[in-house]
This record gives sequence, structure tokens and C-alpha cells, in this order.
Amino acid sequence: MSTLWRVAEVVSGVPESETSRTIGLRVDGMNGNLAGQHIDIRLTADDGYTAVRSYSLATAGMDEIIEITVDELANGEVSPYLVRNLMVGDQLEIRGPVGGWFVWRPTDPNPVQLIAGGSGIVPLMSMIRAHEAADNSSQFRLLYSLKSPGAGFYREELLTLSRESAKLVVDYAYTRQAPQGWPDPPQRLSEEALLATILPVEAAPAVFICGQTIFVETVSGWLVQAGYPAASIKTERFGGTGGLR
Amino acid sequence: MGIISSGFHGKRHAGNPALPPGQHETDTFPVLTAGPAPNIATADWEFFITTGAGQRHTWSWDAFMALPQVEIRTDIHCVTSWSQLGTTWRGVSLDTLFDEVETTSEFTMAHSYGGYTTNVPLQDLLDGQAWVAWEFGGRPLERAHGGPARLLVPHLYLWKSAKWINGIELMNEDIPGFWESNGYHLHGDPWREQRYS
Repeated sequence: MSTLWRVAEVVSGVPESETSRTIGLRVDGMNGNLAGQHIDIRLTADDGYTAVRSYSLATAGMDEIIEITVDELANGEVSPYLVRNLMVGDQLEIRGPVGGWFVWRPTDPNPVQLIAGGSGIVPLMSMIRAHEAADNSSQFRLLYSLKSPGAGFYREELLTLSRESAKLVVDYAYTRQAPQGWPDPPQRLSEEALLATILPVEAAPAVFICGQTIFVETVSGWLVQAGYPAASIKTERFGGTGGLR
Repeated sequence: MGIISSGFHGKRHAGNPALPPGQHETDTFPVLTAGPAPNIATADWEFFITTGAGQRHTWSWDAFMALPQVEIRTDIHCVTSWSQLGTTWRGVSLDTLFDEVETTSEFTMAHSYGGYTTNVPLQDLLDGQAWVAWEFGGRPLERAHGGPARLLVPHLYLWKSAKWINGIELMNEDIPGFWESNGYHLHGDPWREQRYS
């Protein structure tokens, strides 16, 4: 793990949804990251003022090019710049990759249930990508809770994977606006709907939940109540100040 | 010299001398935990201190509440880079809890309900630097923030302030706790930016 700041060069910037952008960064000497880890990004203004934020990596592996997906926060300090102003060829500083808890390793044999709320999909996508690339036949299932179809990240890739991958199932829950022809009306994710769309307790899945605080608290509470062992549930809150109330 | 991002101005609320390096101020209280929040009724709650010599001191919730309660006004700093300034808490000083404890150990491991651990040198817990807190902002501490009670060691990054505190184990050597075994710094002083190991 590196705790030193390193220079990263922006090699790509692609809109990911109505409010977000996926940014590719080339980091010299980067020797890989685990699925689920994050990096810190430091921006420096021309008078030396700096701001640092953490972003989950969407990619995993040994590449020198890593990707993050940044959702623009209203009143954000760093995210509006990353989503709107940062250009290919720009440089910024990164630290990491960091984290050894909310990670999935290609040697993990257990089935995995991923539960994403909104932009909480990012570290879970890195797990899906690592799993697809690995010689690991464990079952992965993703439940992706979204405000609307337009808010979804990695839509084409998830669509393709859910058609073609024998080891990944993707389920969606739409909370405000569903796609045309969707069987269920948009509604807040309920305990009943959640438990009906995830791997059962008996499958003994490792569970990863990432989203805003209230989402993570609610969902993890339901799972514990339904008998999923607390020790099998790993959680991560997304968006540094996604405050409680 | 760092890399300059032209066109980046920032919000400048980090110029406050109360903020350690790399921190920004927030007036919300984000929740960061590794897993589901345990549910502990005060009737079942207990706080312990164990010594290297095998002695075990325990307090029930009622015994704990009968101890001198103090008000704490302090800044808190999370390793994920937010700080909240001037927060108010109520709880029992670790000095009070350690009053009757005899020890030559220099290190401790804080243990939480739910299995979380974090290591803190004993000298960081004494002399008015640490509390077991049960009230935040004038209201009982919410479960998501560690209720019924959490450790409060505000001069270190907040992961050291173990939520759902159950007790403190005295140790003769410094052994990493949960986050400290997962890439985070053994000590965690925000003024020295001891974030990662």
C-alpha cells in the first residue's frame, strides 16, 4: 500500500449517467488494486489550496490505468470539478489504493450477493469485473437500487453481462421512475422485495452493501433480521457526507 | 510542488486553523462502519476493563450512569477527511473508570459489541483525553453512531472512538485492531495525518 502522493494523468472521461462521469487515470508504477479498494484524490488550486476526497475504484487488476466514476454532488467541492472541468491530459495527485476490508479476492470461494444503492455500484462493479476476469465459478448476484433508468451506471456492460455471463445475475429495483414496460411500479425498496431478489440465507453468501447511509443501515438491518450472519455482511457508505438525517 | 488544477478554486472552508491537514468541515455526522449496527439494550449492556494480571472490572449500565458524568465539547476528525467542529457529548471520563485499576500495561485494545476492535495506547486514554460517551448534541446517542455508548478519543481519528463499546483490554504490546489490520495507521493522529499504514 502506498501512502505517498503520486501523479496520475487523465486518459479518458466519459459520461456515465445524467450526473456522473467515468474517469480513466494512468498512474506510473501502479501495481494493481483489489476489487473494492479506493483511492484518495488531491486537487490543488493555483494558490496552493488543496482538497482531498476518497473515490472507490471501478476497476481491479494489475493495470496501470484505473477508473473511478464520480457522481456530482450538489454543493460538492471536488466532484463538480471532476465531472465538468477535468480534461484528458490533465494531471492530478492520487494516494492509494487503500483498504483491506471491503474487498473481494479472486480466491474467495463463497457465493456473493452485492447490493448497490445509486452510485454505491462503483466498488461492487470492480468486484463484478474482477470475478468475470477470474477463474472463479462462484455465483454472483447484484441487486441495484436506482432512482430511475437514467441514473444507472455501466448500463451496457451490465446488460451484456446479465445476458452472457453464466455466473452473474443482475436485478434492478427502481424507486422513482421505472423503464417503460417494467412489471413493477417504482417504489422504495421494501424488505419483502429485497429478500425475494437476493441469494437466500441457506446459500451462505458473502454480502457487500454500498450506498448512502440510510440505505446501508436499512438494508443491513433487514438482512440481520432475516438471519444473514452479521459477520457475513460488509458495508460501505458512499459519498463522504451522505449524512444521517 | 504539487500538480495545479487550473480552474479549481475549492470552497476554502479548510483554511480554519481548527482543521487538521487534509480535513474539511461538515455540519452533518456521516456514518462509517464496517458492517451492520449491533442492537444492545442498556439492560444487557456492560462495560469492562481487563488487566494483564487477569483482573476484570465491570460496570452495568446503572453503575456506569451513577459515575460522575461530564460534558465534553470537542472537534472530531474522520479519516475519510471530514471534521465536525464544536460537537457536544456527555459521558464518563476514562480517568474515572481507570481510578481503581492497577496496571503496568502501556497498550489497550477497545472491544465493541459486534466484534469491532481498535488499539489505543493507554496514555492516549488518560488525563482528560477520552470518555465513554452516551449523549451527543443533548440527545441519547443513536444506534447508528454507536449507542447506547461509544468510546470518544477525539484527539485521534474517529475510527479509534469505537462505537458500541463493550470494554477495554490492557495489553503489554501494541497489537493492531480491526482497521489497523486493514491498512490504517496504528496510532491515528490527525495533526500528523497518520491515516494509512
